Amino acid sequence: MSQYILEVKNLSKHFPIKGGLMRRTVGYVKAVDNVSFSVKKGETFGLVGESGCGKSTTGRTILRLMEPTSGEVIFDGKNIAALTRKELRKARRDLQMVFQDPYASLNPQMTVGEIIEEPLRVHGIYSPAERKVKVKELMETVGLNQSYIDRYPHEFSGGQRQRIGIARALSLQPKLIVADEPVSALDVSIQSQVVNLMEDLQEQFGLTYIFIAHDLSVVKHISDRVGVMYLGRMVEVGPKQKLYEQPAHPYTEALLSAVPIPNPKARRERIVLKGDVPSPANPPQGCAFHPRCPKAFDRCKAERPELIHLGGEHYVACHLYDEQEKSAVLTM
Amino acid sequence: MQQPAANLHTIEPQPGEPTTEAKNAPKKGQSPFQMAFRRFRKNKMALVGIVILILVTLLSVCAPLIASHDPSQADLYNVDAKPDSKHWLGTDDTGRDHFSRLVYGGRISLLIGFFTMLFTVLIGVTFGAVAGYYGGWIDNLLMRLTDLMLNFPFLLFVLFLISIFEKTTIPLLVSALALTSWPTTARIVRGVFLSLREMEYVQSAKAIGCSDWRIIIRHMLPNALGPIIVNATLLMATMISIESALSFLGFGVPEVTPTWGNMLNGAANIRILTQQPWIWIPPGAMIILTVLAINFIGDGLRDAFDTKSTRR
Repeated sequence: MSQYILEVKNLSKHFPIKGGLMRRTVGYVKAVDNVSFSVKKGETFGLVGESGCGKSTTGRTILRLMEPTSGEVIFDGKNIAALTRKELRKARRDLQMVFQDPYASLNPQMTVGEIIEEPLRVHGIYSPAERKVKVKELMETVGLNQSYIDRYPHEFSGGQRQRIGIARALSLQPKLIVADEPVSALDVSIQSQVVNLMEDLQEQFGLTYIFIAHDLSVVKHISDRVGVMYLGRMVEVGPKQKLYEQPAHPYTEALLSAVPIPNPKARRERIVLKGDVPSPANPPQGCAFHPRCPKAFDRCKAERPELIHLGGEHYVACHLYDEQEKSAVLTM
Repeated sequence: MQQPAANLHTIEPQPGEPTTEAKNAPKKGQSPFQMAFRRFRKNKMALVGIVILILVTLLSVCAPLIASHDPSQADLYNVDAKPDSKHWLGTDDTGRDHFSRLVYGGRISLLIGFFTMLFTVLIGVTFGAVAGYYGGWIDNLLMRLTDLMLNFPFLLFVLFLISIFEKTTIPLLVSALALTSWPTTARIVRGVFLSLREMEYVQSAKAIGCSDWRIIIRHMLPNALGPIIVNATLLMATMISIESALSFLGFGVPEVTPTWGNMLNGAANIRILTQQPWIWIPPGAMIILTVLAINFIGDGLRDAFDTKSTRR
């Protein structure tokens, strides 16, 4: 059981919608709705989905940058969601984050050296002199020239800033790094460099990643297992090969069919979904995907599907795969 | 085993060589503040303002050296004298040397302006920062208090204080002014902090495990300092004019203490206004000059800090 370093159980994050004269709560945006998954030590767990599907919120709630509404986040035997503020600050040593926007995630008033050193200073690790050595080491590790230690973030390119962000996350030698779209803001040519760097670091330091992205090809490249989210819910989790080759959920299928193939002659049937993503403030009854699902049937409108085990480590939340329904569909 | 992996991927341009004007910049980077300062130095109006403010400050600080007479020494044999070689700006209705009072007056005006600004900013920043950072009910509580103070009749408050303490002293005036003027600053700072709170680098500071205190002081305050400095500068100008106005109305510092406002107050009758312009023009001009100079500096600072608003 302890092969899992992180277990997320029924995690929810609901944002209240205030309305009216008295600013009363008139409803909730269920940004993350009953999401469960586990991450194994040393693997990369990819989290994909469209904008607004709650993948970033999931990442931030795991780190408790946002307070979860309910659910458990078991990391290394401790429930992160239930730690006191003091315990949480200590636990943060093992849980770090790399942010999406390298232009916004570095304090413009601090030098690169100060930024990378800060985690060590805050947690009181090493003497000031040792910290300086460590910072230079980290800069070398992520491929930054040591002589830039006294420079400010605005003097760097996007890719270099992301390296600074990675060095900062690395400085505490965390066990788990949540990377929230770490390459989405970068040029394609730089993306591959940063992804490769992250892979190298994973090997070097035995890191575990949760890699959040909307770019399916990047996720395919880096992940071992992938979770697909739709409207705050996890619709499919599985090993990369399985999920990309035999997507089970109709949504995953549609999502994958939208990935461009770098071969102009290759033809493929594209599944174009009708309609837009419904508002998470007012998600459809039953399966959140049913209004757009080409394979929806009556049960989808009424009952919310739970994750079903498909064998191996492949899970899907879809009534098509429910035992009785499955036979019905097959005989059709 | 440790090194080789990383350096493979450093193909991107390194800073210093290609981009912007960093070519002949020193190895040590320029902080946003240093860059703002460089922009500020190019602003002529602001530099003129600085020069005027320095001159006025020097005049006030060196008042004992410059003034020819004791500013509160009455000379009843020599009242309402016209300007001459002994009394450069004449004397007032109790025979005090007007030029000496003008020079000394700057001391009080600048002092009150500066300290009121200081305390106002201290209170305002504390309230605004705490409200903006924590949000929720703390924000609600502090902001309602701010609203209350914002609508507090300032003049009535000063009158009230004077009637309690019977005599206005400089500390009393500074406290009264600071206690009634911090809400504007608090609102500005809260606004800035509210937007900063959502910045990813503040989130990342939280993820690192920084304490709330450290996030506010180290990560948010430095990034909010631009608007705060601009506000503080303009506040000082306002405070100097308010002090003058209060003194003119007779609610300011006691009449024996020379301030520019008091001197104007002494000139508030038709005879002096029409026949003795040397009594009221110099203090009036000093007030205008000082306030204008500080405002120029404030505008210059705003342009320097807020790169979006600069047109050049």
